This record gives sequence, C-alpha cells and structure tokens, in this order.
Amino acid sequence: MQAAFQRHSRPLWNPYVAGIAMGIALLLAFVATGHGLGVTGATTSLTAVVAGSVAPSAIEHNHYLGSYLQNGLDSWIVWEVIGIAVGALAASLIGRRFRLEFDGPTEAKRGTRIALALVGGAASGFGARMAMGCTSGMGLSGSSTLAAAGFLFLIGFFVAGIAFGKVTKGLWA
Amino acid sequence: MNYTGAISGIVFGLVFGFILENAGFGSGCKLTAQLRFKDWAVFKVMFTAILVAAGGLYVLQGFGLVAMDRLFVPSVLFWGTLLGGMLVGVGMAVGSYCPGTSIVALFSGKIDASVFLLGIGIGTLAFGGAYDSIKGWVYKQTGPDSLTLPQLLHMPAWAVWMLLFGVLVAVGYLTRGPSESAPKAMPLVDRQAV
Repeated sequence: MQAAFQRHSRPLWNPYVAGIAMGIALLLAFVATGHGLGVTGATTSLTAVVAGSVAPSAIEHNHYLGSYLQNGLDSWIVWEVIGIAVGALAASLIGRRFRLEFDGPTEAKRGTRIALALVGGAASGFGARMAMGCTSGMGLSGSSTLAAAGFLFLIGFFVAGIAFGKVTKGLWA
Repeated sequence: MNYTGAISGIVFGLVFGFILENAGFGSGCKLTAQLRFKDWAVFKVMFTAILVAAGGLYVLQGFGLVAMDRLFVPSVLFWGTLLGGMLVGVGMAVGSYCPGTSIVALFSGKIDASVFLLGIGIGTLAFGGAYDSIKGWVYKQTGPDSLTLPQLLHMPAWAVWMLLFGVLVAVGYLTRGPSESAPKAMPLVDRQAV
C-alpha cells in the first residue's frame, strides 16, 4: 500500500498559502537587495554571452546586447535564476511531481507543440525586453512597489493572454 | 541593506523556485488554464503575493525600516510596458509558459520548456537587432520617474491597497471551490490506493 502511495504526487499548495509565502520572499528580497525577483535579466545575459561566443563583434557592437556581454554572467540575477532552477527541482522531487515528459497543448502533435513553444518563447523574450521585465520582474515585483508600470504590464499580459487563450483553446482538452 | 552577492541571489532564487513549483507553476497545463478561466491559481497566487509584499513594504516604510526612494520602482514606458506585457501574455497562451515558469517547468522535467527557453533567446536576439529602430517609441517614458498607482489615482497608498484587496476578495469569492483543471494537471493522491 505504501508503494502505491509513493507513485502519486503530493498535492500542490493552496494558492493563498503559496501567495503569502511568495509575498514574504518578495518583501525580504526588497529589504535585502532594494529590488524584487526577476528572470529575463539573466536570460538576456546568457543570450548575449552565448551569441557573443559565436559572433563576438556583432554582439559587442550591438547597442542593446553589448553591455550585457561586457557585464558577463556574474550578476545577482544570474545567481538568482540558478537558485530558481535548483529550488524548482527540489520542490518537484520532494512533491513527487518530477516527471520527464512533454507538457504543452494536450491536443496538439509533438511537432506542433515544439513549434508553438518556440514561437511563444520568442514572443515572450521579445516582449520582456520591450517591457524591461517579465511576469516576475515587472508584473510581480513592479506591482509590489505599487508602480503603475507593474499593473500596466499585468493588464496587457492578461488581456492578450486571454484573447490568445481563446485562439489556442482547441489545442487543449 | 544591500546584499547583492552570489549567496543572496542563490538563496532568494531557491526560495522563489521552491514556492513557484509548489504552487503548480511548473505545469504549462495549469498556467494556461488560467487564461481560459478553468483555474484561478495564477491570479490568486500573484495577487496575494503582491498584496503581502506591498503591505509589508508600506508598514516597514512607516516604521522607517525601508526607504522607498532606495527601492527599484519601474517607470511607465507606455508602449514598451503595455506591448511587452501583451507579448509575454501571447507567449504564455501559445507556448504555455512565461520566462520564470519555463525554468521551473524545465527543472521539474518538462522537455518542451527547454524549447520555450530557446525561443526566449531568439526573441532576445531579435530585440537586440531591432533595438536601434524601435527604442525611440518603445522606451519613451510616460509621466514622472517611478510613477506609482497612488500618485496616478491621487489616493493614499493604503486606500489603493484596500482597493486591490477588495479585487482579490471578490475574485476569490466568485471562483471559490476546487478548480476544474487541478485534478487533471496534477493528480491528487488516489484515496483507493491508500
């Protein structure tokens, strides 16, 4: 009986409990560092460094990515994203939710899922640079300081997400 | 305080990633269910977190423990902020994740999240390529530096907080009860097996 139990994932946290925990973590981050929690600062640094190793002069001379290449990977946000990865791995293992699988639209073929993930990621990456932050860095952290920018971001995020959620509705069971 | 070293980054990241995964945000199925109103966890977690952090910052500031002018408060770049937010929303509807959740998903075993992350890299390079021709209007600031909702609405911060709290209570009440997608996205313990 114990073995049967082991195969199942533990339940997720109640959303309000998770929200309170996340809020406290955000608050402590603001007190300790002066800013909240982000992600795309790190993906931009990584992109600049990887692209810079392939085409050094193109990235060095790029007015946007050049400074990211120069600053390299040793920054708070890169360490923080490494922490996110390890924290998520630990939580999924402890919660018995770690599964090597293909997530994404349940009704779409694998090739379609890969294409959608790539296109969605590109839209997300471009958008996060336009907004100078993603759902974490601008939506969550920005709004925690009651910045108008944070809420403007969230309005755009949910309105466009819901509209395109209608378009992609058929891909989900 | 200014703890911005590697240890500080790793510790805050660990905590953030641990909470995100336990909230179910490593599942593209659960994340996109919010956009189809099948599951309200994304909204509830984010809004609760914003209220706790904003309330905490307000109280700590009142006691003189946090100086608001030393916090990073983003300015409104109207088109950049709005269109950027919209593109991140489209990215979630189409690709199942946003940047942070794609990392959480990848490290809980979701292979498609690695493709999403590769897409982020491509989008970032595309922005770098377009930067010179679009920065004029994309990064054009609207209003004063670090404009806040209390300034914009001419209301005290506590009143704005109460208003946002009211929104959370109303949405929470209207969407109470177990969500439709939760059992499918993340099977609960099978009572019969126990």
